[in-house]
Amino acid sequence: MLPFLRVGPLLIQLPGLALLAGIWIGMNFVEKEALRLRLRGSAVLNMIMYGLIGGLVGARLLYALEHLSAYVAAPLSLLAPSTTALDASGGMLVGAAAAFLYGRAKRLPLRATLDALAPGLAAFMIALGVANILSGNGYGSPLQAPWAISLWGEYRQPTQIYETLLAMGVLLVWSFMPAGSLSPGNRLWLVVGCSAAARVFTEAFHGDSVITPGGFRLAQVVALLLLATALYVARRWSAPAGEDRGRAPVPAAQRRQGRR
Amino acid sequence: MSPSRKPLPSRPHTLRGFLAVPPLAALIAVLVLAASWTVFSRVAEVSSQGPGAPPSPRTGFAAPDFTLDTLDGGRLTLSELRGQPVMLNVWASWCLPCRVEMPAIERVYQRHRAAGLVVVGLNVTSQDSETAARAFVEEFALTFPIALDRDGGASARYELMGLPSTYFIDRDGIIRNVIIGGPMSEGVILSNVEDLLRVP
Repeated sequence: MLPFLRVGPLLIQLPGLALLAGIWIGMNFVEKEALRLRLRGSAVLNMIMYGLIGGLVGARLLYALEHLSAYVAAPLSLLAPSTTALDASGGMLVGAAAAFLYGRAKRLPLRATLDALAPGLAAFMIALGVANILSGNGYGSPLQAPWAISLWGEYRQPTQIYETLLAMGVLLVWSFMPAGSLSPGNRLWLVVGCSAAARVFTEAFHGDSVITPGGFRLAQVVALLLLATALYVARRWSAPAGEDRGRAPVPAAQRRQGRR
Repeated sequence: MSPSRKPLPSRPHTLRGFLAVPPLAALIAVLVLAASWTVFSRVAEVSSQGPGAPPSPRTGFAAPDFTLDTLDGGRLTLSELRGQPVMLNVWASWCLPCRVEMPAIERVYQRHRAAGLVVVGLNVTSQDSETAARAFVEEFALTFPIALDRDGGASARYELMGLPSTYFIDRDGIIRNVIIGGPMSEGVILSNVEDLLRVP
């Protein structure tokens, strides 16, 4: 764990640096994939930038709305360059909406664009794992085993390492997926589904889970819903017209013949 | 003559075919497996968090205790402040962000002290001097207690990584947020303090 690095008067937050590196590497992956898919690389990168900026602004505004009296008393704090006053989940939704609207305005084809985003998401998930290794966030439950790590005064499950390794595995699965083997759009759902499945698995070893009534781990339930969504959409998008509920696909020529 | 009907081609038994149209049964199996794991890994409580948590300078853990002399000649024990929300700010007189954020901390203290807020300034005296700390307190007209960490023991218990460091501690002595580095804006200080005050 190495959350901060002091360089003279500067206190550099290494987890934040890891996330920035993840965004930069992810955008490089996205640009290459966009060009391979014959999309306008610059438009896809602009879409990501709009999403990031929209997400950041949205996260700050939502945080301020949740703490309205504080920000009414100190309105200039809205502009403070702080990473602590952000509503992360709300910001993600606003960022996704901003990116979607930009994509629509620029007439980017939805499914091909989603495919281009897939390696970027996979790379970012690795960076998130590295950021958690550096910060100690997302720590594991107490464990007495040779692979346990000492953190916060106890030997614990190395959940951050599990998650980083699984994220690398997701990127490998994506990179070894033969071109054209998945229907358009499903390369993103592959990454989303695998990442969600990985989180469902690793959340069981967390020591910082938010617990819902009934003893469920909130992150695990959210990941399960995300996995179900990914599987559902992937299935819908992979089914040719007229093929549903497990029936065999009918070749196009045969479908035309049937219509006559 | 009607054309002879060929049987519909079955889904190819290859990886490519499997990926192109994944069988519904396989998807349902994945979901059932994930849902079963979710149910299996339910917990009654998280042992590393809550009032019984071991002390650690970390969100969700009990705040490490200390007893130190204060700048005005008294003694201060953190655990004796249980029942009141506490904002613990670790600072030194030479730390520039500490200087920038200190007036905002004093303003927030004045605004919420009647509601029960306690602010403790923990001066890292082992890396500072009492004279400089006293001049700093007078310069900013600070009214909250300043604890002097002369031997660096409290800083070590808080695994101090940078200055300033601020810990927002609830009435049960559990750390609810940690902000390392600064300067914190007044909005950030106020929002965290109001979160603490909102919890009964």
